Amino acid sequence: MANIIGALATSHIPAIGGAIAKGLEQDSYWKPFFDGFGPARQWLNREKPDVAVVFYNDHGLNFFLDKMPTFAVGAAEEYRNEDEGWGIPTLPPFPGIPELSWGIINHLVEREFDIVTCQEMLVDHAFTLPFKLFWPNGDAPLAVPVCINTVQFPLPSAKRCVALGRAVGEAVAAWDSDKTVVMIGSGGLSHQLDGQRAGFINKPFDLKFMQSMVDDPEWAAQFSVLELVEKTGTQGVELLNWLAARSAVPGGVRKVHSNYHIPISNTAAGMMALEAA
Amino acid sequence: MSASHEIFGTTPFDGTVAMRGYAINKMCFSFNSAQNREKFRGDEEAYMRAYGLNENQAEAIRKRDVLGLLDAGGNVYYLAKFAGILGLDVQDLGAAQTGMTKDAFKARLVAQNQQPSTM
Repeated sequence: MANIIGALATSHIPAIGGAIAKGLEQDSYWKPFFDGFGPARQWLNREKPDVAVVFYNDHGLNFFLDKMPTFAVGAAEEYRNEDEGWGIPTLPPFPGIPELSWGIINHLVEREFDIVTCQEMLVDHAFTLPFKLFWPNGDAPLAVPVCINTVQFPLPSAKRCVALGRAVGEAVAAWDSDKTVVMIGSGGLSHQLDGQRAGFINKPFDLKFMQSMVDDPEWAAQFSVLELVEKTGTQGVELLNWLAARSAVPGGVRKVHSNYHIPISNTAAGMMALEAA
Repeated sequence: MSASHEIFGTTPFDGTVAMRGYAINKMCFSFNSAQNREKFRGDEEAYMRAYGLNENQAEAIRKRDVLGLLDAGGNVYYLAKFAGILGLDVQDLGAAQTGMTKDAFKARLVAQNQQPSTM
């Protein structure tokens, strides 16, 4: 049976891609953000997971409003990154693992999640940046993308994202393989890009949410999506991806490391590495 | 969205807004392609006509009016691609929407560190 080693979570601000490309990691603006990844990288270097299941939201690269799935699972040999329109460098393709993708898809549908399946799927910065941040040397695991709609309302509820994550975790645990798997949640934390409330950040909520990822993983599921928008901003609601990733790890976790830094761009940037207990 | 959840300065991008803004968002989605960005730069009016923008939407594009673009149904993830053409980042957008200078907007973000650590 495959072994789930834990969960990673990080913000995915596009400017991170620019900073990496320009080698600005130790620049005073960026250092407090990038330095947070050191202990997580050491842990990953020891554990060397074979596969990463990435919960993220597409920002208008693969999906447009003509067809907007609530949940979509990638089932491709590779996932291509492309120009998103504002100039961060395009990255080489990310290899997939269709065998596990279909295992997850089959189990999700059996558990009555009516997902969209994608044999071709472009992946944007929300998917690519966690790989650049956690595996800066490029020795990254194979990927299964799981895309959650956080663009067009109605969004799936936090409770539903917990259930989705749990079902993905069941599918991975049931996979007849000796491979190791890490879950990744990409997005957040509190930020709002649009409207007169642009620049909204909620530090006490973010810190409470991060603590709940360790010791009370369903805490955030008590809130409706609109309550989450109110507490975290219109884009802070991307924390749904963290929640799904955490829920995909069965049982308790031990915190390897976490970091929280205000601001990167307009965002309260968070990262966590959690080891399955 | 239900009145019990009116949030200041925030319009959830729901079905009503997504229908209103379909043309403008579709145009901005096309800006993923460098060739399309070039075409737009070459003749903005013709490009907007090709995507069927209504007058409100076209006027907001002409004026680079961020709140007007949102009001016309634009979604910020797609509008960011338009902002990219103009060489603007999300802090420029934040400043424009809050009536602040960019420096003041950035300073306000940094000042969020002073929020308490516990709820």
